[in-house]
Amino acid sequence: MSDFQDEQIHGSHESNNMQDFDTKAMLNNLSFLEQKIHQLQEMVHLIVRQRGQADAILVQQQQLITADLTSVIVQLISTAGSLLPSLKTTLSSENPIGQFVANHHSAKVSDNNNNNNVVSHKIEDHSDHEMMKSDEDADEGENLPPGSYEILQLEKEEILAPHTHFCTICGKGFKRDANLRMHMRGHGDEYKTPAALAKPNRESISDHPILVKRYSCPYIGCKRNKDHKKFQPLKTILCVKNHYKRTHCDKNYTCSRCNTKKFSVIADLKTHEKHCGRDKWLCSCGTTFSRKDKLFGHIALFQGHTPAIPVEESKGFSGPPDRGQCSGVDQPEVNFKFDTPSTSACRNVIMDDDPTSYFSPLDYEFPRSTFEDSESSFSFMLSESCDYLPKNGIYNGLNDME
Amino acid sequence: MKKQKQQLVTESSFSRFDLLCEEIVFAILDFLEENPLDKKSFSLVCRSFHAVESRHRKLLKPLHSEHLTKVLHRYPSVSNLDLSLCPRVTDVSLSVISVGCKEMLRSINLSRSRFFSHVGLSDLASNCRNLVEIDLSNATELKDLGAAAIAEAKNLERLWLVRCKSITDIGIGCIAVGCRKLRLLSLKWCLGVGDLGVGLIAIKCKDIRSLDLSHLPITDKCLSQILELQHLEDLSLEGCFGIDDDSFAALKLGCKSLETLDMSSCQNVSHVGLSSLTTAAGCLRQLILSYGSCVDLALADSLQKLYMLQSIKLDGCEVTCSGLKAIGNWCVSLRELSLSKCVGVTDEGLSFLVTKHKELRKLDVTCCRKISHVSLAHITNSCTSLISLKMESCSSISAEAFVFIGQRCHFLEELDLTDNEIDDEGLKSISRCTKLSSLKLGICLNISGEGLIHIGVCLSKLKEIDLYRSAGITDSSIWAIARGCPGLEMINIAYCKFISDHSLMSLSTCSKLKIIESRGCPLITSLGLAAIAKGCRQIVKLDIKKCHNIDDAGMIPLAHFSQNLKQINLSYTSVTEVGLLSLASISCLQSMTVLHVKGLTPGGVAAALLTCSGLSKVKLHASFKSVLPQLLFQHLEARGCNFQWRDKTFQAELDPMCWKLQLGDED
Repeated sequence: MSDFQDEQIHGSHESNNMQDFDTKAMLNNLSFLEQKIHQLQEMVHLIVRQRGQADAILVQQQQLITADLTSVIVQLISTAGSLLPSLKTTLSSENPIGQFVANHHSAKVSDNNNNNNVVSHKIEDHSDHEMMKSDEDADEGENLPPGSYEILQLEKEEILAPHTHFCTICGKGFKRDANLRMHMRGHGDEYKTPAALAKPNRESISDHPILVKRYSCPYIGCKRNKDHKKFQPLKTILCVKNHYKRTHCDKNYTCSRCNTKKFSVIADLKTHEKHCGRDKWLCSCGTTFSRKDKLFGHIALFQGHTPAIPVEESKGFSGPPDRGQCSGVDQPEVNFKFDTPSTSACRNVIMDDDPTSYFSPLDYEFPRSTFEDSESSFSFMLSESCDYLPKNGIYNGLNDME
Repeated sequence: MKKQKQQLVTESSFSRFDLLCEEIVFAILDFLEENPLDKKSFSLVCRSFHAVESRHRKLLKPLHSEHLTKVLHRYPSVSNLDLSLCPRVTDVSLSVISVGCKEMLRSINLSRSRFFSHVGLSDLASNCRNLVEIDLSNATELKDLGAAAIAEAKNLERLWLVRCKSITDIGIGCIAVGCRKLRLLSLKWCLGVGDLGVGLIAIKCKDIRSLDLSHLPITDKCLSQILELQHLEDLSLEGCFGIDDDSFAALKLGCKSLETLDMSSCQNVSHVGLSSLTTAAGCLRQLILSYGSCVDLALADSLQKLYMLQSIKLDGCEVTCSGLKAIGNWCVSLRELSLSKCVGVTDEGLSFLVTKHKELRKLDVTCCRKISHVSLAHITNSCTSLISLKMESCSSISAEAFVFIGQRCHFLEELDLTDNEIDDEGLKSISRCTKLSSLKLGICLNISGEGLIHIGVCLSKLKEIDLYRSAGITDSSIWAIARGCPGLEMINIAYCKFISDHSLMSLSTCSKLKIIESRGCPLITSLGLAAIAKGCRQIVKLDIKKCHNIDDAGMIPLAHFSQNLKQINLSYTSVTEVGLLSLASISCLQSMTVLHVKGLTPGGVAAALLTCSGLSKVKLHASFKSVLPQLLFQHLEARGCNFQWRDKTFQAELDPMCWKLQLGDED
């Protein structure tokens, strides 16, 4: 009994982890693919042998092969999709098998419409972030064979348009289709049905497999343009937009903190502004670090690298406390760097004044002169003045040298 | 005629000294270290002596930085410059030094100097390539730029940065990278330095022998790196609260070279951490665990494996009897033990301990108030080779027991009996410890002049004697000490009310006297002080507070003869501005306390302060602050003088017996 329960729990646990990594299903899929590819291979061999047959049969066979190939590709993608980490994290618990079967749960989705919106937003944000770092490197390794995907090319105006989804009734533009759909509800009850509110493009996937879409940059001569010799397609529309703005547009957004860094994509600016000024940990080699321990790790690693002192400290270096005496004098900041002249200058100011003038009720002559003189006014009080060595210039300061 | 004259000149100018080569003269001069004035008089003999002395001098400790250009010109072979007496060392001074000394300079001490910045240090580091030692302690204003300037001194081996509070990890990082040859580094109280900076030191400076990390906010993160240093011998972790038992738990490969470890006030380290430490650092010779966790059986057992241990300090710890007994059972034989201010030291524990550690050279049982004559009998019985015994305020020991010290411990050089019941019999016995050089008998109310006469007659090697508030002392006993101990350097006769000018006159024969404290001796007059001034030319510190009969007549000879006087306390005397002004002509004078001196006018004080250019610390009554112009103080502070304002009311002197009773009440 207990064993059975255990098994059940185990089983359910496994099914929960389905989307994470189901080895059995994976193996099944792979062996299915293997068979499929073998069949295709045989078929191609057949065509080669039967050269010179009627054209009509050949066309039929070719169509069959392309259909089979597409299904193989779709199968491959869906298998691989279950392994992708980005998908894993973004999948909500409501649709565990992923985007491919999202339409089955459309009712639920429409129930939690707001929620879904948030989720999709998150996905977008996430992919946005990913692309920041690697939108042009990540897909380079993809190596899709030419012709295995459909190439789309958006025009420049389309790419730069602030809104891509327009209301067919009032013409209002939206950045996201989901927002447009939400907007459409205001135009009548027919837009309020779950079907109208669900994501429309998802339906087509399960019905008939479609060709993978890849995008081309409209800029002639660009590596991302389809006419380029070593053309490398862009994965999504967002990639196209970011790529086009980053590579072929002016950088209009300037960082308000450092006033030097410029960006053409506003998201890039925002990410930069998050960290701008925080990279205060600077190495002598010019590398900056956002964290002090990273800088010290770097310095520990390399010979001859030294922590650099931030510019603010050397600029605003406030010297020794004796500056206090010239508080009345406003020194320009530049002077502060040259410590010596300013110090001696303000010393002179004080010293040049006659010190006796500070206190009027003084009855003495200025005492220093009195005592430098060996025939001081007090010498008469000494019984034996012969032992007394007159102080003369050179030895004056050396009395207690040890 | 002309020829004859020439011959005469050559004959008269010929001296036998010319036959000696310079090395031999230098060797002779090396013996003149004791009194700084000796070298000065040597150089005043003739031109050639002057020149020889100039070339001989390696160490310079000037009082003012103003004359540095001349001084460095005269002494071309100076390699060691101590500026700790200069109240003001600016960047100009440092650039003068760097140009004057160049490659000759090996060591510089800036520990008490202020007013310089990274600019001067940068000059120094770039011009004096052979600089090996820098003391920058107390440069509280120095920032990371200053540290970066020091980092340029690539040959630096010893660096003190005590209390450089504004230096952070970045500055230390610069030093770690720049000064790879560092062997000694003191970062005590550098509160801006943490794990990262210290960790980098451990990574970059592999030659470190001595490291002081006291009171730093460091944790186990950098500790493991430090203990991996191959040559580390001396480590101080005093008051590092971030270090706990876990820090040592991870310690596998121990620091085999570590000999001295200071873990005072590490409140978070218990016997658990210590036992992991002992397995790692087995070569420890000295261990300081003052003000730490309770010294009980567990702690004593955890240290049992330190087979090389010679010295342990447990000051201020709570001690149990079983803990002391366990220390007694260690197989090592301790040379040094300090139990000062330990709560819980009893006759039973201490007696057992000392009978086992017979080789003890130094023992400190200050303020162990529970121990009685039993302990003292055991100490003197088994530890006969004691050199230093400190037992201030062991108030339960009866007077008769002190006889044991003189009977058995003949090698004693240092003995502190402050605030004990010792009587004349005890003193008579102690007079047999002929090697004694320091004897403290403060607040010993049972002793009288007779006992001291024995001391004076027998202890000819005495250098320091403290008779603070030992009320029974008379002039005759001081006379005996002055006659018997010609090498006396320090004497304290404060509040010995029978002491008169006769004592000071007899003391004036001790020409090596440096410190005299005669506070509260009402019979002393200017006459006695004048005798001291003429006889003891090396006087450095003089405290004549509350000697009401001392007036200007005492100050004037002092001003003329005591050219080494650095510190004086004149409070409650009858000195007037005439006396103060004459004192001000002493160029050495650095610290002056003048409170409740009736004959002073503000003008007189101002004139004296202005005259005395070397002053760095002045204690004055707060009333002067408002009377004198602010500009004057600003000027003096710019010269490097610190003011401390006191606003205490005039205090009448208490009867010594009554004073002790008051103290007893407080306990």
